[in-house]
Amino acid sequence: MRRPASRRGRLVIFAVGALGTAGLLLAAFVGMPPSGNDYHPYGERAVTISVHDRATSNTVSSVSFDQRGFDTLGEEFILFASVVGAALLLRVEKGEQETKGSDDDSDEQDGPPRPLPVPDIVRLFGYLLLPVTVLIGFYVVAHGHVSPGGGFQGGAVLATALHLAFIAGDYPALDRLRPQQTFELSEAGGAAGYALLGMAMLGVAGSFLTNALPYGTLAQLASAGTVEVLNVAVGFAVGSGVVLLLREFLEQALAIRSRGPGAR
Amino acid sequence: MISLPVIMLLLVAAVGTVVVLTREPVRQSVLLSVYGLALTMFFLVMQAPDVALSQLVIGAAVVPLMVLLAIAKARRRQ
Repeated sequence: MRRPASRRGRLVIFAVGALGTAGLLLAAFVGMPPSGNDYHPYGERAVTISVHDRATSNTVSSVSFDQRGFDTLGEEFILFASVVGAALLLRVEKGEQETKGSDDDSDEQDGPPRPLPVPDIVRLFGYLLLPVTVLIGFYVVAHGHVSPGGGFQGGAVLATALHLAFIAGDYPALDRLRPQQTFELSEAGGAAGYALLGMAMLGVAGSFLTNALPYGTLAQLASAGTVEVLNVAVGFAVGSGVVLLLREFLEQALAIRSRGPGAR
Repeated sequence: MISLPVIMLLLVAAVGTVVVLTREPVRQSVLLSVYGLALTMFFLVMQAPDVALSQLVIGAAVVPLMVLLAIAKARRRQ
């Protein structure tokens, strides 16, 4: 049987590879234009189209949902597929059962962990901040075409805002706030809504995902055509997706345990 | 003369090194959250607020939570 490489040998190989990579990176960085110069061919065109033609003051949203809307459709379905994959991998299997973590029998060796007593100040923090953070999440989604943010950012903020209930209370409190059916429906609805709006634009204006709704006034809430609607769809899809993803992990750690040895 | 982007870049490099050199997984996930916060501030200084918002939520809240839950489940099985 061959002897595995010694630690010193492995370090030598790593040093050679790292030095080579460092040299190449240094050559690349030195050859780039300085940060903050004024040669931006793509940026100038993108900003002109976004601000003058499409009345979208957040150019990043305009590029994501209007000028390169098809790429965002692909990204959204990547998130959808990864949530489905995680739900499939972390499902309750034959030798396991689901419990609700707070009122278990205490002689179970490998039962779910007991909820820790939560200090009052943390409870107050959670209860006060949960509605505020949910409101901020809705604001970020709704104003995605006007100020920084958008569907993905606002959806992620909404998902983590819900989990303040887990910090302030215990796991059953969080469980009551997120019925699984509702969130699965809203994730699928958001993802499908994006594609369906694209197809509606295909029917109305002749190509997939064109911005054919009225453009409105720059920097007002009613502006930028389809960017606003697509933001809402992505907000639903991403928010529900992150909630469902965290639900799988929380269930595995806190609620699913194997049945006794005689069950299989 | 050291400008703000250079300071933030050095901070990100320092926190990243600390994350790699920490051995215990639970401590490493909390440091991962701090690293997410450092990256968020860096993106903000480089004038990319949309990216900073995404990074703050995913890198400082969701990924450390998933890592901690995976560690809890793996330890309970042993």
